[in-house]
Amino acid sequence: MQKRFTLQLLAACALSAACATAALAQQVVKIANIVELSGAGATAGTNFKNGVELAVKEINATGGILGRKIQSTTYDTQSNPGVAKGLTQKAVDEEVFAIFGPVFSGSIMVSMAESRRAEVPNFTGGEAASITQQGNPYVFRTSFGQSTSFPKLARYINGKAKTLAVVYVNNDFGKGGRDAIVKLMEGSPTKVVADISTNQGQIDFSATVLAVKQSNADAVFVYTNEEESARALREFRKQGWTKPIIGETTLTGQKVIELAGDAANGAVAHVGLTVDAPPTQAFGAKFQKEYNYVSDHNGIKGYTGVYVLKAAIEKAGKFDRVAVAQALKNVTFTAKQHPGVLMDVSFDDKGDIDRESFMVEVRNGKQVVVATLPPLGKK
Amino acid sequence: MTDFLQLLISGLATGAIYGLAALGFTLLWQASGTINFAQGEFVMLPAFVMLGFMALGAPLWLGFVLAAGVSVLVLGWAFKRGVVDPLFKYGMMPIVVATIGLAITLSNGIRAGYSAEAHPFPNPFGDHVFNIAGVTITSGGVGTLLTALALVFATQAFMTRTVTGRAMQAVAQNAESATVLGINVPRMIFYAFAINALLACAAALLVTPTYLAKFDMGEGLGTKAFFAAIIGGFNNSRGALLGGLIVGVAENLAAAYVSPAYKDAVALMIFMVVILFKPQGLLGKKEERKV
Repeated sequence: MQKRFTLQLLAACALSAACATAALAQQVVKIANIVELSGAGATAGTNFKNGVELAVKEINATGGILGRKIQSTTYDTQSNPGVAKGLTQKAVDEEVFAIFGPVFSGSIMVSMAESRRAEVPNFTGGEAASITQQGNPYVFRTSFGQSTSFPKLARYINGKAKTLAVVYVNNDFGKGGRDAIVKLMEGSPTKVVADISTNQGQIDFSATVLAVKQSNADAVFVYTNEEESARALREFRKQGWTKPIIGETTLTGQKVIELAGDAANGAVAHVGLTVDAPPTQAFGAKFQKEYNYVSDHNGIKGYTGVYVLKAAIEKAGKFDRVAVAQALKNVTFTAKQHPGVLMDVSFDDKGDIDRESFMVEVRNGKQVVVATLPPLGKK
Repeated sequence: MTDFLQLLISGLATGAIYGLAALGFTLLWQASGTINFAQGEFVMLPAFVMLGFMALGAPLWLGFVLAAGVSVLVLGWAFKRGVVDPLFKYGMMPIVVATIGLAITLSNGIRAGYSAEAHPFPNPFGDHVFNIAGVTITSGGVGTLLTALALVFATQAFMTRTVTGRAMQAVAQNAESATVLGINVPRMIFYAFAINALLACAAALLVTPTYLAKFDMGEGLGTKAFFAAIIGGFNNSRGALLGGLIVGVAENLAAAYVSPAYKDAVALMIFMVVILFKPQGLLGKKEERKV
């Protein structure tokens, strides 16, 4: 009799423990952070990851989303699209609610087939125009795509230069930007007089810069990854280039400024996000306190991305992936209602984002905002 | 013309760096018949050691001196005792494979233990820009070229003009006879490893300002240096320098006059042409087979 009672007690304990675990499991929102922690995208991926983790920490400290805490897991794609695809599949298998990353365009292009198949909202940092042109209803940007940022940039270049040299890195990101700018310059007051490709990981930019000088262009547009941007800036300075060096986001990133030193001074770029702009300064201070360095735009992308997910879940009112993805179509989240998104942000039906952006110039090793550009939708 | 000169001069500065790393290949080959495919990582590691000492407040020169000591200890002594000595009796192939493994271990060790990001590195010669007849030259470029040349010729002089250097060559040519002559063979072989480690440390000081300190900086450098060593002649120190300069300049010219897309293929193409027509390299001597 006693034996049977003990058994019953044990069974009851096991059952209640199982129920408790199940209940606990239901109370968290699992997200996967699939980013470039090594390889060419290490700087971008690390910032993005830290931004996501900061937002998760804050949201969890204030009660989570609709009462549930967020549980985030980070994976390293090694900047390799194949690895990114595998990891996305793994995250889908682990039944995450949403996926953040990859940041590199080449990687998200490959990996988003997995999140689409599983109907998991996927927030990417990639900027290649083609990402949202594939009609994937589950992919959302955390920053401008080239189709939004480049028209803004083109307007600026038109006002600055009659002839332009284009230097780009020969990968999905670089080619996307190169194609966008060349197309926008057709029929505009600015003519592209040199079109120069460079390699990912290129060390010596002397031949590249020489080609730019030979083209005699009024300005040069540089669209390469962080380290290569720094090397290019140094070479431009070395070879005595004094005309405008214009870029998009990366060119004036904090890491580039750190690596290029004085050579970065004078570089101008259109940035969708910078911690030096008024709406994001408070975030910048929090980030620096947490990680002891200045966040680049990718940190803001990761951070606001999580808050956008929170806003969308709250709008949908339930933890349903399809409903949340729907809630992100043709919508505007205001910073007033959702402080975590930092700036009023709109999504169109393709997952493309629109908001204010900034022109910055590097002065004395710091980004200085020289102009605020309105959302493209407002013209 | 100024464009050509510009390309030539920046190519020479890059090439001198390849030459310096290539010298490590030829030196180890001459003294111990070893090929070290971790040569690029041997340049990467001292760069991080220097950064570490500088983070502790040491000036660059002190960081370099300390890193040189660490290099001789880790990349010279420990590498010889831990990798080459135990495998030597099994022939060349296991050593080659072991050094490839070592390269992966070193670069991933830095990635995991320190950081995967690139870090800036000060240029020992500064960043002053001189404009001479339309050609811009930086103090860093000139300093790199001159230091690399000086190191290559100093090594060459050491090998041919000093008793120790000659003893090292004797060991390379025939270890048994050298032993009979009373030469301390293991010590001579250690000297070769120590000098290789010092050269790698010097190369780190010269290349890192341009390459930026990064865990994978050794990959490309090691490959180019290997090609340079074969192009110049694997058993000739001056050949290593010549090979390096040829690769550096040819890369730059090809990038400017053909297409930047093919830049990294240039070293491989020259390597193949040289191997086809002069298998011993441009300055290399034909090696007779030991019977």
